[in-house]
Amino acid sequence: MADLSALTLDAALTGLRNKDFSAKELAESHIATAESANASLGCFLKLTPDHALKAAAESDARLAKGEARPLEGAPLAIKDLFCTEGVETTASSKILEGFKPPYESTVTRRLFGAGAAMVGKTSLDEFAMGSSTETCAYSKTVNPWRANGSNAALTPGGSSGGSASAVAADLCLGATGTDTGGSIRQPAALTGTVGVKGTYGLCSRFGVVAFASSLDHPGPIAKTVKDAALLLGVMAGHDPNDATSLDVEIPDYAAAMGKGVKGLRIGLPKEYVSDGMPEAISDLWKTGADWLKGQGAEIVEVSLPHTKYALPCYYIIAPAEASSNLARYDGMRYGLRVDGEGLVPTYEETRAAGFGPEVQRRVMIGTYVLSAGYYDAYYLRAQKVRRKIADDFAKAFEQCDVLLTPATPSGAFALGEKTDDPVSMYLNDIFTVTANLAGVPAMSVPAGLSADGLPLGLQLIAPPLGEQTLFAAGAALEEAAGFTAKPERWW
Amino acid sequence: MNAFTTHSEQRGELIPGETGGWEVIIGMEVHAQVASESKLFSGASTDFGGAPNTHVALLDAGLPGTLPVPNRKCVEQAIRTGLGLKAKINTWSRFDRKNYFYPDLPLGYQISQYKHPIVGEGKIEVRLDEETTIEVGIERLHLEQDAGKSIHDLDPTATYVDLNRAGVALMEIVSRPDMRSSKEAAAFMSTLREILRSLGTCGGDMEKGQMRADVNVSVRKPGGELGTRCEIKNVNSMTFIAQAVEYEARRQIEIIEGGGTIDQETRLFDAVKGETRSMRSKEEAHDYRYFPDPDLLPLQFEQAWVDEIAATLPELPSEKRARFQAEYGLSAYDAGVLTGDRETAAYYEEVASGRDAKLAANWVTQDLFGALNKAGIGLSESKVTAAHLGQLIGLIKDGTISGKIAKDVFEKSFETGEAPADIVEREGLRQMSDTGELEKVVDDLIAANPDQVEQVKAKPKALGWFVGQVMKATGGKANPQAVNEILKKKLELE
Amino acid sequence: MSVSKEDVRRIARLARIAVDDSRLEGLAGELNSILHWVEQLGEVDVEGVEPMTSAVDARLELREDAVTAGDDRDGVLANAPKSEEGFFVVPKVVE
Ligand SMILES: [Mg+2]
Ligand SMILES: [Zn+2]
Repeated sequence: MADLSALTLDAALTGLRNKDFSAKELAESHIATAESANASLGCFLKLTPDHALKAAAESDARLAKGEARPLEGAPLAIKDLFCTEGVETTASSKILEGFKPPYESTVTRRLFGAGAAMVGKTSLDEFAMGSSTETCAYSKTVNPWRANGSNAALTPGGSSGGSASAVAADLCLGATGTDTGGSIRQPAALTGTVGVKGTYGLCSRFGVVAFASSLDHPGPIAKTVKDAALLLGVMAGHDPNDATSLDVEIPDYAAAMGKGVKGLRIGLPKEYVSDGMPEAISDLWKTGADWLKGQGAEIVEVSLPHTKYALPCYYIIAPAEASSNLARYDGMRYGLRVDGEGLVPTYEETRAAGFGPEVQRRVMIGTYVLSAGYYDAYYLRAQKVRRKIADDFAKAFEQCDVLLTPATPSGAFALGEKTDDPVSMYLNDIFTVTANLAGVPAMSVPAGLSADGLPLGLQLIAPPLGEQTLFAAGAALEEAAGFTAKPERWW
Repeated sequence: MNAFTTHSEQRGELIPGETGGWEVIIGMEVHAQVASESKLFSGASTDFGGAPNTHVALLDAGLPGTLPVPNRKCVEQAIRTGLGLKAKINTWSRFDRKNYFYPDLPLGYQISQYKHPIVGEGKIEVRLDEETTIEVGIERLHLEQDAGKSIHDLDPTATYVDLNRAGVALMEIVSRPDMRSSKEAAAFMSTLREILRSLGTCGGDMEKGQMRADVNVSVRKPGGELGTRCEIKNVNSMTFIAQAVEYEARRQIEIIEGGGTIDQETRLFDAVKGETRSMRSKEEAHDYRYFPDPDLLPLQFEQAWVDEIAATLPELPSEKRARFQAEYGLSAYDAGVLTGDRETAAYYEEVASGRDAKLAANWVTQDLFGALNKAGIGLSESKVTAAHLGQLIGLIKDGTISGKIAKDVFEKSFETGEAPADIVEREGLRQMSDTGELEKVVDDLIAANPDQVEQVKAKPKALGWFVGQVMKATGGKANPQAVNEILKKKLELE
Repeated sequence: MSVSKEDVRRIARLARIAVDDSRLEGLAGELNSILHWVEQLGEVDVEGVEPMTSAVDARLELREDAVTAGDDRDGVLANAPKSEEGFFVVPKVVE
């Protein structure tokens, strides 16, 4: 039999329906691949073969009866930020070591309810705080891609680095991620995969360990735009357990891919051009615009004047919300407890031992910007700047239907390269973070390789609930780019 | 009708100190549990007294990834209460997080409303006694979550936490510092309780912790600068509120007169000792880092919903009192007694309906309440229904029985529950108004008592003797008015 | 604005994170470099701008008042570091 794990999600679903192979065979193939690869790639914190095989058995029964659900038999990887019932969920943090949720996140419930199987829980930056998956307390996650002629380990980006790595290395057919400042799109770009976050509220946050509530967007990481469409179509939908969940009809995103870009106005934000931009990135961006133009789209220059303030704005709002969201990890009701002499020392020792340095840093920044005397100068001002950034998008979308930008300022970088300088790490999200602040849907599509053979992505950003346009433009880019490169299997 | 005294005027008794009288200034923050089936943001029950941690949804235990979804009923109850407090209803409000660490606060923050409460300024009338009513301003009312319960005495080395209460909806009602004595403070709480109960928005059971007050107390020389205030936390009865204010005011006066200054602090009321004491654990400076809860959007609703709720608002005790005075011509005192609770007021209104309202008030407040008191039972246990008492008053007014006979009929009805009309019929208590019958009795008396006739002719005031004799001869059934007329005619006194 | 060692101590206390005195200096430096960087927001004219608290322009949904959860003490306590007789057991709280 052909290597089942090399299939796309779409092809695997077709193969299952055609009885070319069984769900059990598909699951076993992915389990075997994941088990053997994980020692080298470190993308799974926990493999869940029992879960996958149990789901596969049910899928085979349904397939036999001709009652296949939309994702029947698809082995997926789940970012360890999603609570999975009875399966340890840690957010890559020591403070949640051993935590087994007695509940299922809405997104994973929808996926499993649609027939998907879970291969394992993937690594991430601790509490999704990071852009390289290096702040994970448990594993070192490596990008399956290496630069030409080098054996140096590269990061898969982050925070959904484990999911991106697992998809890129064919350890699953797709994966869940969460994107608070670029945590789906940046690792997708760095691993040659497709990453999508919908409009804020499209995918429920219920059961997703919160980082920054007003910025957190669950979404898929997939091998192709169509696979991403299939996954998002199942993940999205109104959830009465999340008061910020959107109550809207979920259209057929895969169907929207066929629409093409003819007549679409593609906006290129002029503020995204910077002197320091590597040539490979600016060339790819220009090429991407040409591809879309070649398919009948109109290219327009637009302005997002407050772009340069997006990251500083984000690094006030996200830590502020996080400082409060992470207050519940106090050692009282679940997770780690380090006994101190009395209540307050117990809190303090627990949180000092349970949170890694980046989480501690952000919790302290967040605590500071909300504290008496600093709230107005930092937090309130950041919320006002956020409004201006959102307004920029609203104005830009009067002139165009979708924005095209680079996804990241560079390709994959070496492990440890940016860990000493928080701000340089933060700059990874320079092109992605604005969409989180504005709550608009965005996608990263692999579009080419850098000179040293590493994947690079382009980003598309659509207006609120413009996912169909996003998929139409994403499919057009994907087709024009013809990106078929795969990392060489060294693991 | 009620002359209000405003809070700028000096009012109430001054507390004597060595340096003269002191005025006490009191404001309150009342936490009232919203009457609802489930919690403010979760589907767990609000039932009191469940086994520990059995009314706890995932959110109430602060589990990762769980989210708050607000309860429509709780919002409606806050609006209803706001309307009852004659307050401004804000159709746009917001939930904020108040951040602090405590084992009975599972999220590490309380979801509350800080900058934009659902209810703004209002006021209530507080009746101190028959003559005096004061007005107390309401600054705001907001919705927030209750905390869980920490139990410190089950284990000498540990605290036990029960989260059944965690997340139950509270209304925090903040008064203006408009109270000037312990009596006013207790009366405010009791009036507020009465209002919430009649609105059906809070059970008002203080023993179950459904209402508790944080009492802010400061003292000053009359007309002088406001003093530094201390906040006495979680006082849970009217008596304790009064005691706490008395104790705290005297404590502050003693300190100031001794040359000291008051530290702004949070204090606890020790009900056993009747004292307030400093809460040491709360000494650390607080910085709650309030900010809008990003898990919740702003709370917005249409004015039409407010209007709908307003249309179903019951008459409040103070409104009822005013109406009883205006509509039934009752004294402030009687109106106060009769509107003391909903049941009494409804009973009275049924008795008075279409009848002499003042007579009805006398019968209810004197005869009925007297009998209930003597029997040691409540109105709900009374065998005399409002319909029966009304019937009795009707029998008096149409002359069927005399007021005196009515007392006997009432007593019988009170004992047996028999309808007064039936008693009158069965026992033949109907008044004799038949002129022919009465004339015969009078004629017989005149014939038999010539001496008395002489006396009356000389001194008409002695007529009473004859009236008495007629009543005696008729077993009290004679209509006294008719008897008088016949006697005057026969004795030619006109 | 600049964060001092004392400020770090105060923030760490508020955030309930034990910070050894030896780390204060280093943390102050890290926090200052981040804060210095975010302070460029001071350049933006935000006069009269309504702060943005939420990414969606929708109204808050309200749920019906019904008891739909809560009778799962074992589930709630399952992950507790310490529990006894149905209670969470935590370090002694002094009032
Ligand atoms: Mg208070
Ligand atoms: Zn309160």
